[in-house]
Amino acid sequence: MTTTESNLQREHTGRSTAGGTGTRGTRVIGILTLIAMVWLVAFGLGFSPADRDQDEAVRILYVHVPTIWVAYLSFITTAIASGMYLFTKKKSLGWDRLAGASAEIGTVFVAVTLIVGALWGRITWGVFWQWDARLTTTALLFVTYIGYLAVRRLEGTHQQRARRSAVIGLIAVLEIPLVHWSVRLWRSLHQEATVLDTDRNTDMDGLMLFSLFVGVVAFTLLYLWLVMHRTRGMAMEDYLDDRGLDEALVARRAEGDAFVADHATMPTAAPAATLGTEETT
Amino acid sequence: MEDAGFIIGSYALTFATVALLAWRYVRSGRRLADRVPDEEKYWL
Repeated sequence: MTTTESNLQREHTGRSTAGGTGTRGTRVIGILTLIAMVWLVAFGLGFSPADRDQDEAVRILYVHVPTIWVAYLSFITTAIASGMYLFTKKKSLGWDRLAGASAEIGTVFVAVTLIVGALWGRITWGVFWQWDARLTTTALLFVTYIGYLAVRRLEGTHQQRARRSAVIGLIAVLEIPLVHWSVRLWRSLHQEATVLDTDRNTDMDGLMLFSLFVGVVAFTLLYLWLVMHRTRGMAMEDYLDDRGLDEALVARRAEGDAFVADHATMPTAAPAATLGTEETT
Repeated sequence: MEDAGFIIGSYALTFATVALLAWRYVRSGRRLADRVPDEEKYWL
């Protein structure tokens, strides 16, 4: 911990609350999420039947589909928040933090989707990975948002960070339709959408559909809980960054003032000239 | 259950990742909250 940080900690001891980023709202969402997750495990692994074609492997889809749903939701939220930052007069950093927090969560969920999808592929296709259109575009989506998060960590002010990342957030979201319709645009091993079938040809067992619904609800609640905690954490990080910079500036000014004061009390040109005169005489 | 290792493994991996992320956010939030005055916490 730096001196500035420990000074800040001392300064604020006793004024802060131990609650961190939690509130009654996050606690309620957290409890609902836990209940929904228990339901998901019970229905996904227990009550729902095996599939006619996929057999037991269908159970993986009750976590695989909700995780990619959360990733899409996160990246769309990032794009909307980025747009709100760029195209509103106020240029509120709150939008930037929402975009950043959402992208962070979405990236983790894309990674989970890819790994869990590989496990499903191993059972269904016999291989963990294929350079299939859906898999490849999803991997590309993951790499794009890793880049987005890397750009957020570049040097600069918070407003510079917000501007740069907002532009990328708006461009990167265009990959989502590409990922979603990749199974139709190219010949793909991956199955087409079942629930979000644009031909409205949904043909699923009731318990299977319910398990999938529970999964989507559970992971959406989880996303809300995570994004609330993360945006609050980011607000505190930004505040401490600003305070650290302010304290460093004050310390630097104090050093400068001390230097000027020291040199103002020292004899300057006159004694040197006097000494020179003495030596020559 | 056939392929139980892959199926249970996929659930375990998903929930472990989610739990790790949640724990990381809560822990960092608590640490940061100790150093930030309450008037800067818009959620309070």
